[in-house]
Amino acid sequence: MIPTSEQLCAAVPGAVIEIVPSTPAAAQPAMLVDREHLVAVARYLKNEPSCQLDFCSCVTGVDYLAKGFIEIVYHLYSVALKHGPVVLKVRAPRELNQCHVPSLTTVWRGCEFQEREAFDLYGVKFDGHPDLRRILMWNEFTDHPMRKDYVPPADYEWEPTPHDEVLKRTKAAGGIMPPSAAVEVKK
Amino acid sequence: MIAAPSTIPAGGAITTQLLEISIGPQHPSTHGVFRMDVVLDGEVVRALKPVVGYLHRNHEQLAEKMSWLGSMPYTDRLDYFNSMSNNWAYALAVEKLAGIKVPERAEYIRVIMAELSRLQNHASAIGFLLQDCGAWGTPLLYAFKEREKILDFFETVSGSRMMCNYFRFGGVRVDLNDEMLAMARKIVAEFPKFLDEFEKLMTTNEVVLARCQRVGILPKELAIAGSISGPVARASGVEYDIRKVDKYGVYGQLEFGVPVGAVGDVYDRYYIRVLEMRESVKILQQVLRDIPAGPVQAVEVKLRGFKIPAGDGYGRVEGAKGELGFYLVSEGGPKPYRYHIRPPSFINLTVLEDMCVGHKVADAIIILGSIDIVLGEVDR
Amino acid sequence: METIYQLLHVTFANVPAWTVQVAAFLIPIAFIFGVYPAIFALTTLVERKALGRIQNRYGPNRVGIFGVLQPLADGLKILLKEDIVPRVADKFTHFLAPVLIVVPGLLVYLVVPVAPGMVAVDLKIGVLFALAVGTMSAIALFMAGWASRNKFSLLGAVRAVAQVVSYEVPTVMAGVAVIMAAGTLSTLTIVQRQGGGILNISNWYVFRPWGLVGFVLFVIGGLAESARCPFDLPEAESELIGGYHTEYSGFKFALFQMGEYLAGMAMAGVTVTLFLGGYMGPGSGPGLVGSLIAMLWFFSKLAGMIMLNIWIRGTWPRLRVDQLMGFAWKVLLPLALVNIVAVGFWHFLTPRPLAWVVTTGWLVIWFLVLTKCNASAILEKREYRYV
Repeated sequence: MIPTSEQLCAAVPGAVIEIVPSTPAAAQPAMLVDREHLVAVARYLKNEPSCQLDFCSCVTGVDYLAKGFIEIVYHLYSVALKHGPVVLKVRAPRELNQCHVPSLTTVWRGCEFQEREAFDLYGVKFDGHPDLRRILMWNEFTDHPMRKDYVPPADYEWEPTPHDEVLKRTKAAGGIMPPSAAVEVKK
Repeated sequence: MIAAPSTIPAGGAITTQLLEISIGPQHPSTHGVFRMDVVLDGEVVRALKPVVGYLHRNHEQLAEKMSWLGSMPYTDRLDYFNSMSNNWAYALAVEKLAGIKVPERAEYIRVIMAELSRLQNHASAIGFLLQDCGAWGTPLLYAFKEREKILDFFETVSGSRMMCNYFRFGGVRVDLNDEMLAMARKIVAEFPKFLDEFEKLMTTNEVVLARCQRVGILPKELAIAGSISGPVARASGVEYDIRKVDKYGVYGQLEFGVPVGAVGDVYDRYYIRVLEMRESVKILQQVLRDIPAGPVQAVEVKLRGFKIPAGDGYGRVEGAKGELGFYLVSEGGPKPYRYHIRPPSFINLTVLEDMCVGHKVADAIIILGSIDIVLGEVDR
Repeated sequence: METIYQLLHVTFANVPAWTVQVAAFLIPIAFIFGVYPAIFALTTLVERKALGRIQNRYGPNRVGIFGVLQPLADGLKILLKEDIVPRVADKFTHFLAPVLIVVPGLLVYLVVPVAPGMVAVDLKIGVLFALAVGTMSAIALFMAGWASRNKFSLLGAVRAVAQVVSYEVPTVMAGVAVIMAAGTLSTLTIVQRQGGGILNISNWYVFRPWGLVGFVLFVIGGLAESARCPFDLPEAESELIGGYHTEYSGFKFALFQMGEYLAGMAMAGVTVTLFLGGYMGPGSGPGLVGSLIAMLWFFSKLAGMIMLNIWIRGTWPRLRVDQLMGFAWKVLLPLALVNIVAVGFWHFLTPRPLAWVVTTGWLVIWFLVLTKCNASAILEKREYRYV
């Protein structure tokens, strides 16, 4: 039985839950939970015998640039009772030093890699994650590529024999000039 | 990161050291560019960390710049072994968001394609598993003989053996004529013979039994907690198959069983795939018998300038490797705002360390092979 | 060699003695150096085609009709490849290891008789020499793995040494049974003892109960010694990339392959000598025609053993290293010891039928006991439910 938001507010006192609709045809409304009570809500959903949502299927990060927050979406299913999905959402501000949410890896182990991916690509820190480091990009990479305001570096098209357009752009942006360009630019 | 090698005083006289080894990314048996940082004590694995990202092609960001339909060929390249299922997952997610109804003949064709995909995927998977065990290609090439027939069928239908790009929102691209259906019936008629021969050679082979039984056991609770799906989870006793739970397509009207194992070791994962192949043959026989006539694409879907109303939604299918899902966010425009793939191989790797610790290096390779990962899906 | 010396001495009587001596030992060496590497080249082609046929495909068939020029093409390609030595490798050992792999393989052929009286060196301790020299490859494998300064190679080398040393024991014990029955260590004499009987065949040791068991043990041990499938853990491609020969390229790699194949063929040759009657067969005897027929017999038996090796390679997966060791120490070694006792029974029980019955019964009982005690690979009764 999929729980209602009133049930959750009663079970986890102090939780602020808001319903966010999906597309009309999909009929998968999400419950937006505040950061402080996310773990408690998640534990309740997992352990309550009437819902038993023991399978966390998908963890996604979405960057709402215009609205100023990054949203993490959890899709939960139940293997025992074969119902779902129950969608949980939590929001964090976009500034890197404030962008953190609690990690649900302690509740569902399957969130581990997907939360690492959200950290890698969006810069969201998950408090309480056992091993938070980059997963898809290489370790020395800076910046978070999936953000809507991500600008690729000026010299990312560096090639040993670059043509004029790229060279000019690189020089103007102060990027690293390739050694072979020294000859061409002099001309 | 892996801890620095420490010395273990072993019973007094001899001090030994832990050996840190990196298996991959260039390795014949890691199923692609995949790396495992393994800490070994002699031959026994003490710690194992999978390192992925060598095939990251930025699919999710590319999709934000393309139209809804423009991402369809890219989904072929996710799990490049069964492109038909990937296409279906994306088409299903979009149809769920937009509320598009698919005509019945198209649903039957979709089931044919998905189950044939499943057959050739499982055949390759067990072939590769036995290749990792050390049989120099013989079971692999027997499995590939059947796979070739299925790939020839895909080529006849869609023009391409592996990257088919065959599904559209609201149906499939082209119809199947009688000749193609006859080809499919022939494949389905010959498949059980291959399975019987394969089982006779491999299922009771002493070396396979000695290598695969009681190796890499995945307990049921860990499988559910770790979000493991597909044959890996069902071998551990998790009774969950999206075809039976969500009843998407025409699966609700078909009669088939879902095999579930008990122990969850490598042998179970191998044998569950064999049983699933037999069930797929049953499904295909029913579908090929009952396929109705009719259109194969929903007429109201205009593919040029296709838009989805604002909102988000999640659609999933039972791919051959597990639950393949798409989470899509639309702002009402012609391009997705967020396009996220829930890859089964990526998430099934969560428990790789748990399964491998305490076993030997040779077992770690076999356990990885039994999870059946495809790097296109893991890294996107 | 003595035969050739006598032959030459008689034919060329007016040539100085030392020339005849030098010729007498150069000719067998030339024979070994010429024939066996040629067989190796042919074997690589036959193996690839046979494996291909087992796997439902053609083997190489582009270079020459049926691919017969493939070994030539492979040799040419390998000679032209760049020889890469890792910067941190131990250069001297890295260079020496491939050489040391090939040498024991070739040395074993010295004591394998090809025709009546035609063995390169008729050592009184022939079998001991063959088995002892064959073990030298373990050192070379370890040198290769150690010198490469690569963790995978090291793992491969460690496994190689463990495997070769473990499988030495049952192999030698199986050989001991033959030595006891023949009463001599000289390979030429052992082959001569297997002559006579019906068509020169029925006296082969493989047709005795203890000989059959010994033959099986020796074949398995031979596969393990030369690190061939299903015992190819040292070079387990799917786990360790290349094992001990990962860091070798060019001609040194070719020498590794040659060493492995030569060792395999040498063990096959020793098996043929000890168990399958060497050059004995209908029509083999002294004299020119008899010697030619004997050579034909020997090489056909060798070819048969090589085909058996290839067949096993194409069919069986690989055992894990601890299962391998367990198999050697817990099953093969006790069986080898039991076999020695069986030879004793055979020798001392005088009425022949009684000897047959007692020996066969003894071996069968012990075989059943050992396999029952060590049956680790039984198909467990598993429940699969359908939901």
